[in-house]
Amino acid sequence: MTILIDKKNQVTEKIQPKGFLRYFSFSLDHKVIGIQYLVCGFLFYLVGGTLASAIRIELTSPMSDFMPRDVYNQVLTLHGTIMIFLWIVPVVNGAFGNYLIPFYVGARDMAFPRLNAVAFWLIPPSGLMLITSYFIDGAAQAGWTAYPPLSITTPQSGQIVWILSVLLLGGSSIFGGINFIATILKLRRPGLKLMQLPMYCWAMLGTSILVVLSTPVLAGTLILLSFDIVANTGFFNPVLGGNVVVYQHLFWFYSHPAVYIMVLPAFGLVSEILPIHCRKPLFGYKTMVFSIMGIVVLGLVVWAHHMFTSGTPPWMRLFFTIATAFIAVPTGIKFFNWVATMWGGKISINSAMLFSCGFIINFVFGGITGVALAQVPFDIHVHDTYFVVAHFHYIVYGGSVFVIFSSIYHWFPKVTGKLLDEKLGILHFALTFIGFNLCFAPQHWLGLNGMPRRVAEYDPQFQFVNQISSLGALFMAISTIPFLINIFLSVKNGKKAGDNPWGALTPEWLTSSPPPVENWKGEAPLVTEPYGYGIDTTDN
Amino acid sequence: MTTINPKKLENSSNEDNGHHEDFRLFGLITFLIADGMTFAGFFAAYLTYKAVNPLPDGAIYELELPIPTINTILLLVSSATFHKAGKALFKKNNVESQKWLLITAVLGISFLICQLFEYFHLPFGLTDNLFASTFYALTGFHGLHVTLGTLMILIILWQTRIEGGRISYKNMFPFEAVELYWHFVDGIWVILFIILYLL
Repeated sequence: MTILIDKKNQVTEKIQPKGFLRYFSFSLDHKVIGIQYLVCGFLFYLVGGTLASAIRIELTSPMSDFMPRDVYNQVLTLHGTIMIFLWIVPVVNGAFGNYLIPFYVGARDMAFPRLNAVAFWLIPPSGLMLITSYFIDGAAQAGWTAYPPLSITTPQSGQIVWILSVLLLGGSSIFGGINFIATILKLRRPGLKLMQLPMYCWAMLGTSILVVLSTPVLAGTLILLSFDIVANTGFFNPVLGGNVVVYQHLFWFYSHPAVYIMVLPAFGLVSEILPIHCRKPLFGYKTMVFSIMGIVVLGLVVWAHHMFTSGTPPWMRLFFTIATAFIAVPTGIKFFNWVATMWGGKISINSAMLFSCGFIINFVFGGITGVALAQVPFDIHVHDTYFVVAHFHYIVYGGSVFVIFSSIYHWFPKVTGKLLDEKLGILHFALTFIGFNLCFAPQHWLGLNGMPRRVAEYDPQFQFVNQISSLGALFMAISTIPFLINIFLSVKNGKKAGDNPWGALTPEWLTSSPPPVENWKGEAPLVTEPYGYGIDTTDN
Repeated sequence: MTTINPKKLENSSNEDNGHHEDFRLFGLITFLIADGMTFAGFFAAYLTYKAVNPLPDGAIYELELPIPTINTILLLVSSATFHKAGKALFKKNNVESQKWLLITAVLGISFLICQLFEYFHLPFGLTDNLFASTFYALTGFHGLHVTLGTLMILIILWQTRIEGGRISYKNMFPFEAVELYWHFVDGIWVILFIILYLL
């Protein structure tokens, strides 16, 4: 694309390739950027999923016979980093945020379209850089947390590439966050009040606040870590008088909010999907808004619950346990609001709805183990075991990824104008749900019995349960096949969807499918009641 | 090929009241908050080290006050001169504004020279001890900000020229953005000065 700028600094002409090619261009259209995020993220998901399969294959036997131990360490580091920074964070924020937020606020694009495109185009190169580091001298081996002194003592080149890549992705994330905050607060259609916005806007506002406040701290920390590796300083190197716990504090100051960066947008998306498929208004709009903001505030002050075994003083343990337990309150409010939204509604059982219900079930389970993990005595027992692995996969996979799939089924008709096949969709859901629970539920047991995480070899007594877990992973791997077939078939010759197949009231459905450039042919509609379903028919 | 007519573009984003408020400064402020959080992380690390990591016996960590005090004054004055430049530009007096901008840039460069002078005369190097490393990381990161700021001041100085310059009282945004950034860097220095040198 070329942007011609005249002397008065105004964009006079935008020339962009049309059709399929525009997805490979530096497009400024928020819808194109959203799809770029989604497809790019999904490709990285396939890479991360392949790595996960490799891990599960390795763990079918107690010895490290599928791959050498150091390769196993590289694989698990890449798996974690790719899934978090290249799949979930860009997709729940970048993809759906870019596609939906301008519709929801009644704008024609994001506040800063060029910054938006820059934010996206930082992702593919940094992802490719991260993956290629595996083939050149080996990837990072210190896990996605990169705790020193491990990250200082493992081979350096991979670790440095990892740091550079995460810095770029963090930059992309910050640019995105700034853009979302400005769009939601400043670009609203005149006449649209904050408390009339669809819930996803609130979720993205909260998420973006977390991104802007916490990601820079990670960036600073990683810069210090790279000094330790390259310049032989001793910030986090105990041998040179440094302090590893400082790294952990700074790292988790970002990485605990990162959990909410991954899961708050998912909350928002579910809050959009449930009312439409249950034909009922979203229950408790105001409490939903306040619980999102409550999670944002509390999410910033709970980070040290990841560090109960790092010699944290008693007062710190007390404070962070209580703060963490408090997070269960707003989260619980949201959970009950979703259930109440479904309660007595006219529920259509389709793939989008099934994945959303799957999310609610998995998430409440992950939430319960989360509250358990916040208790110091319990945490010390299961710290760094498979219990933790099971817990956070219930949150990020059972939570966020289920919502991503739900959203793809829900918004696919808007993006392409075609419906996805429901039979394949339900097969996809069944395989994913069974496979996911089969894979991760047994890991709670493994963790309670003391199987450590991030180790290629384990005690032979755990073999049977590990094989069950690997069987579940196989189901999950297979589940992608009907999904991909579904997407390819439906894009080509799916059923015509029409502009509003779900009979929805949120603004993105009030334009044609796929939407035109600049979103609306005429004026943007003013939607003050995005969830006004069935209000006339209720008897009271 | 899609061609978007500029007139349509202008009308499209502001149907009702004909004018959107300029949210570019808002975006910049959000960015500066993020940037400030990076410094906050460094400060937190420094203060924690100071509290819990005693330096080994014989470690050299003396700082002398004269140069940083001069630097503080230089930056504070440069903030004032930048403000003067803005006032002049607002009164459509580009030449006056350029004069003040030039003074600001010179002050920024003198800050950097003083900083380098201090670096060369300090009795410790980057890897000598934990305090030294943190000292250089913090002041270096701030120095990077001053360097970028000075470059941006020189750019807007060039763009404020009467013939062919992009910045005038009609288009103040680039000027305001750099000014805000400069005040931010100045404010960070004051905090840094207090925490690192005085505390």
